[in-house]
Amino acid sequence: MAKPEDFFTVGNDIADTKADTSLPIEKIWPERQFHAKLVNPSNRRKLTVIIVGTGLAGGAAAASLGEAGYNVLNFCYQDSPRRAHSIAAQGGINAAKNYRNDNDSVHRLFYDTVKGGDYRARETNVYRLAEVSANIIDQCVAQGVPFARDYGGLLDNRSFGGVQVQRTFYARGQTGQQLLIGAYQALERQVDAGTVKMYTRHEMMEIILKDGRARGIVTRDMVTGEIESWTADAVVLATGGYGNVFFLSTNAMGCNNTAAWRAYRKGAYFGNPCFTQIHPTCIPVHGDTQSKLTLMSESLRNDGRIWVPKNAADATKDPREIPEEDRDYYLERIYPAFGNLVPRDIASRQAKYMCDEGRGVGPAVTETDQDGNTRQVRRGVYLDFSEAISRMGKDGVSAKYGNLFDMYAQITGEDPYETPMRIYPAVHYTMGGLWVDYDLESNVPGLYVTGEANFSDHGANRLGASALMQGLADGYFVLPNTINDYLASGPYEKLSDDDPAVVEAVNSVNERIDKLLSINGERTVDSIHKELGNIMWEYCGMERKEAGLITAIQKIRDLREEFWKNVKVTGEKEELNQALERAGRLVDFLELGELMCIDALHRRESAGGHFRAESQTEDGEALRDDKNFLYVAAWEFAGDGKKPILHKEPLVYKAIELKQRSYK
Amino acid sequence: MSDTKINITLRIWRQPKATSPGKLVTYPVNGVSTDMSFLEMLDMLNEELTVKGEEPVAFDHDCREGICGMCGVVINGTPHGRGSSPVPTTTCQLHMRNFKDGDVITVEPWRARPFPIIKDLVVDRSAFDKIIQAGGYISVNTGAAPEAHAAPVPKIKADRSFDAATCIGCGACVAACPNSSGMLFTAAKITHLGLLPQGQPERYLRVKKMIGEHDALGFGGCQNLGECAAACPKSIPLDVISQLNRDLIKSMFKRDGKK
Repeated sequence: MAKPEDFFTVGNDIADTKADTSLPIEKIWPERQFHAKLVNPSNRRKLTVIIVGTGLAGGAAAASLGEAGYNVLNFCYQDSPRRAHSIAAQGGINAAKNYRNDNDSVHRLFYDTVKGGDYRARETNVYRLAEVSANIIDQCVAQGVPFARDYGGLLDNRSFGGVQVQRTFYARGQTGQQLLIGAYQALERQVDAGTVKMYTRHEMMEIILKDGRARGIVTRDMVTGEIESWTADAVVLATGGYGNVFFLSTNAMGCNNTAAWRAYRKGAYFGNPCFTQIHPTCIPVHGDTQSKLTLMSESLRNDGRIWVPKNAADATKDPREIPEEDRDYYLERIYPAFGNLVPRDIASRQAKYMCDEGRGVGPAVTETDQDGNTRQVRRGVYLDFSEAISRMGKDGVSAKYGNLFDMYAQITGEDPYETPMRIYPAVHYTMGGLWVDYDLESNVPGLYVTGEANFSDHGANRLGASALMQGLADGYFVLPNTINDYLASGPYEKLSDDDPAVVEAVNSVNERIDKLLSINGERTVDSIHKELGNIMWEYCGMERKEAGLITAIQKIRDLREEFWKNVKVTGEKEELNQALERAGRLVDFLELGELMCIDALHRRESAGGHFRAESQTEDGEALRDDKNFLYVAAWEFAGDGKKPILHKEPLVYKAIELKQRSYK
Repeated sequence: MSDTKINITLRIWRQPKATSPGKLVTYPVNGVSTDMSFLEMLDMLNEELTVKGEEPVAFDHDCREGICGMCGVVINGTPHGRGSSPVPTTTCQLHMRNFKDGDVITVEPWRARPFPIIKDLVVDRSAFDKIIQAGGYISVNTGAAPEAHAAPVPKIKADRSFDAATCIGCGACVAACPNSSGMLFTAAKITHLGLLPQGQPERYLRVKKMIGEHDALGFGGCQNLGECAAACPKSIPLDVISQLNRDLIKSMFKRDGKK
């Protein structure tokens, strides 16, 4: 039997060198801003920055760097920058404004975020995130983001999971949309001003390195199929997360990991790839043809109560006919202090346990577990608003959650005002991503990574309403104040189209595409992607075990072989070819999935969303092992068929005390 | 949810590229679960076509939650299949339970001069971005914002502004309009920003610039037919166009309305 150590080798430890941790934590960011080298405004137009992605982290950065006077090239795969998947975030954005006078502060937001992440995030980065959070709200309001307001005309707040204050700003159930439109408008203003050149329907296929520095990218024009190279003084990846490795997730269909993976293959370290977030409140799967999953905002847990029947025999009953005493409001029972607002990882895991016990609701589906046993399971729990409706009235509930209720009704054909919603956890967010230092620069000089694409702020579990905060913090306030330190040494020597570094990158893209189109096998791209998703969900999902992960690695390797032998990609290279686009993304998911399993296998502790069955407390909670795993796992690519190299960045907590997380 | 299977016949617009002629092609699709979304049904067709070695149908889509605005086709003559749905919807949120066994469903791209066809059901909507570039923003650089509570906004105005701001830029309004007018889209932005105190300094210049760009891009004029609002998946109210017209007329008398 293979052992975890058979799958990787261990390299030297690494550390962030940009934050001066000898200072008190609140002094670090002002000091860094003061010591970072500056670029004179008149020199900025001589410097070019490539930004891939137009979501909150990319769009905000492109707009801000454009305003500063840099020459920005911005790319996205959609037909407009306004479509980036940040748009789908529903619930809200956290900020330490303390408008509710409920003891909130920068330090409390920092504390809640580190604790919520189960002490696996870098504290200096998180503190800065909390510090700039208030500026984000100011900026967005000035842009015209229509946040919810009360009758006095001031901003309203609500609560989110894992905290006991009301610090979440929101715009009905469409906060992400409104924030993204704000960033998009700022971006289009810069396009009009000529500082940003926008390239839509362009997919990044490769990164160009020269003398160890990130100097450009190769894209495919998704309309004409043309392969083009672009060079610059620095490259920023703001390309989002990799949840679609599971096939079914709440991500948009096009979300992919190709940009980050191509950077990894050229030497950028990948941090904590196994830290994925399974969101507790999603609409359950309807069948084999399901293409994606839809989230129901966590804000629903403010007023909705989650329960399952006490007796498995009641699983098929009309829930309205199950009397109060036969219902198990299990989150309120197990976690009286936080109740339905426990962090996402905990709420998800408990939902899984309830269904595993046979008390789930909804249609029964056949499942095969990690040990190969098949059985019938109902994968759903109730999210019930009957109490809220009797307290606030139907109109009150509708005013707060109307659009979410409508969406639920449209997707399921059931009326949630009449019968409780059925929900189940689904893959939602990836805390892991490319490793970055305090400046958001990866270990490859000149390559910066922002937003969900980096690993930095959420540790092993992200709290609700923190993704929007991080994306905008990185894009508006952090990157524009750190990237100058690198650009100040530019402009770098111009690369011509026939430079060997450019030619190599372009050729590798052409070869990959030609190969995909030449296989002409029997299986569709989606059928292989679904198979990969099933492996990941079963073995590297909500509960991970050593033997299962080793099995998964072998299964993924076999599937990858099957893909390169037997995939069928129709159509031509020089045209709009959606099968080719999906195939290219799957190539990278098939490699990433293996690294995720290796990371999960090596981390023999439970932390946040990473739950190892071998490491739990007596009552089934995640049990960390701070003695052995208090570090960021940063993985280095060693070559195809070679074992990846693990670099550890030890985590040092000075401003916060390391504790067992408790929400009881 | 009740898992019922139906058989349908699709008539889909196939056009290999912008410059080549297109035509409606008929495809039977059997065993469609009524819990599937319309796009999942198209996925199913594409899987079948791929296995047969035929070219799958190209269509735009991304979030599949009705918010990104990327999807959009004309179904049986109405954008996003509004005619088949009891509620306003995007194409991705239209579900097959709205159809019945034996239905013949015609699927076409948005047809409007400012939105040229790229392939099959995919069109180029970059004209919308150009309208926003012309002035659909508030000029505030990062870092220059005052404290968020410095300017209270009456709730009623904030709510109306929000209603307009929910536009997803899908283009259904243009596809529905016999004149291919982009007025609902443009007016939604004018209203969103124009009702907020932050949007006042550029209010009249904004409306002139945006309408100028709208017309220059080849969108048609508005005759108040209301087809746009009827097709809009986000129920943007028609009165945003009245707001735009009021602002446009006022701008004629304002010095800051000069372009």
